[in-house]
Amino acid sequence: MTQSVLSIRDLTVEIPTRHGILRPVDGVSYDIAPGEILGVVGESGAGKSMAGNAVIGLLSPPARIAKGEIHVNGKRIDHLKGDAMRRLRGKEIGMVFQDPLTSLNPLLRIGDQLTETILAHLDVSRSEAEKRAVAALDEVGIPGAAERITSYPHEFSGGMRQRVVIALALCAEPSLIIADEPTTALDVSVQAQIIALLKSLCKERGTAVMLITHDMGVIAEAADRVAVMYAGKLAELGSVRDVLTTPRHPYTDGLMGSTPLASRGKKRLHQIPGAMPRLDNLPDGCAFHPRCPFAQDTCRADPAPKLSDGNGAACWFPLSHAEAVA
Amino acid sequence: MALVSVANLTRIFDVSKPWLNRLIERRKKAYLTAVSDVSFEIEEKTVYSLVGESGSGKSTIGKMLVGLQRPTSGSVKIRDVDLARETDAAKIDAVRADIQMIFQDPFASLNPRWRVRDIIVEPVAARGGETKGLAEKLLEQVGLSARDAGKFPHEFSGGQRQRICIARALASEPRLIVCDEPTSALDVSVQAQVLNLMSDLKDDLGLTYLFISHDLTVVQHISDRVGVLYLGRLVEEAAPDELFDDPKHPYTQMLLEAAPKLGEFGRDVPPPKGEIPDPINPPTGCAYHPRCPLAADICKAERPQMRELREAKVACHMAK
Repeated sequence: MTQSVLSIRDLTVEIPTRHGILRPVDGVSYDIAPGEILGVVGESGAGKSMAGNAVIGLLSPPARIAKGEIHVNGKRIDHLKGDAMRRLRGKEIGMVFQDPLTSLNPLLRIGDQLTETILAHLDVSRSEAEKRAVAALDEVGIPGAAERITSYPHEFSGGMRQRVVIALALCAEPSLIIADEPTTALDVSVQAQIIALLKSLCKERGTAVMLITHDMGVIAEAADRVAVMYAGKLAELGSVRDVLTTPRHPYTDGLMGSTPLASRGKKRLHQIPGAMPRLDNLPDGCAFHPRCPFAQDTCRADPAPKLSDGNGAACWFPLSHAEAVA
Repeated sequence: MALVSVANLTRIFDVSKPWLNRLIERRKKAYLTAVSDVSFEIEEKTVYSLVGESGSGKSTIGKMLVGLQRPTSGSVKIRDVDLARETDAAKIDAVRADIQMIFQDPFASLNPRWRVRDIIVEPVAARGGETKGLAEKLLEQVGLSARDAGKFPHEFSGGQRQRICIARALASEPRLIVCDEPTSALDVSVQAQVLNLMSDLKDDLGLTYLFISHDLTVVQHISDRVGVLYLGRLVEEAAPDELFDDPKHPYTQMLLEAAPKLGEFGRDVPPPKGEIPDPINPPTGCAYHPRCPLAADICKAERPQMRELREAKVACHMAK
């Protein structure tokens, strides 16, 4: 097996507060292979963005990595600080955020932003960097890249801006890209363009992508494998096809059931009762048990079992598929 | 007779620079056509959905329906009363009480300094109605507890806040509720709860919804009739099954094709080309022609009129 680009082992992020220590990410482990897109789904507050930020070293204090290891290309990075992390960020890990307007500097021409990033990470001359900047814009499908290089971010539409952000993330040729809700702020037709772009770049260059989103449809189309998060823990991990068609965790099953689908027609949507618990008020045992239709005494008493090596569901009684609701 | 009838509705915004800038920079006045010649009817006790991408004018139509904005031309008639032109105050008042609105962001649409009880009874209290016990009754109707009436909005989650917004909209016993992206800010599982609640309330209280959304799957789930908007123009109108099984306008086809689908793993389709054009300088003829695979000369020259095609209405020269 080839070495994975990103390997997270038992990652735990803690936020100390007056009311005790919160764990927005709790014992999460997964790997991403070269050229693979791992979709990370979950509802707001499930810890999916927090896990992404932990990898790229953007946790804002007092949040901190309390336990676990993060390896990128075999190198351990979770304990890196300041300069060492800054060299890595952008060079080996690129990041695409949700809102393209806030991730670009409005006062700099996009060409300057691109060349600055290239010069910071690669050992090339300024003219070579400028050439690469044009090539990067061209690659993400911006028409007339050579002219648009002198434009400011506000002169681009939302979809074009997100392309610029992707070009920026890719220009130092990182081996891992973390895309945090890259299409949430975009329209459907533009979303389709951006997803197709991410997919093709990832396949061509063998870049690993961690695609964080709440949209199951995007996951189904783009990702190879999917990690479902609930209340800071991994609920289920597996290939997209398996997880989405035959979910084994009752939470994944409920999520699939509550997504409106063409094939279901106007039937009532399946409802997961209640809401995700707050981090300072997690129930004992499995965090999902108060909302779970199959909960038993074991679920109320003991924390859900850990995933056995990169597959399956973190559940005492995984669904066998005769009893699934959706 | 239809509860709402919208005829040739147009809304143009003046987006010119200030006069001095125009003088110095020798610019002309600029106008943005947000809604252009839109006509449709909503039958009593049905759900009519408007779907389109950002900038398609769907929210502007919603605002004109409730009277938050005045049409530039054309009319909105609710129970045969044109709110923008009617002069009889008593008639306007009677119709106004029948319309309510639910907004997209439940965090921005509730006053953080008011208690939930006061928020909910406001539409009734403002008209001097009897409000005793009303908030408690409505809270239970939308699936919250009567004890929540004394709390403040910050004590609730997004889904619960949207339930409060729905309770407030129901307070004056309206017949028409304009819902502007009511579930876009919510998570899927919460969205399912709110959508189920909305369809239950519709059946129980005989409500009519104008449902504004960009999410095709949600629209298909909830609507009785769907209108597709592009650049302020209605391009297709049909019942949801007809629209989704047999889309006739090339824009609708593109939209359906582009929407991510749950069942199709690793689907590789060529993504749609181009983006919505600038509404200040819309293309001539059919607004969609620069992106349309079927475009012919007539599409550049002449704006297509709505015409009947099988079970749907479509504004396209080429659709067959």
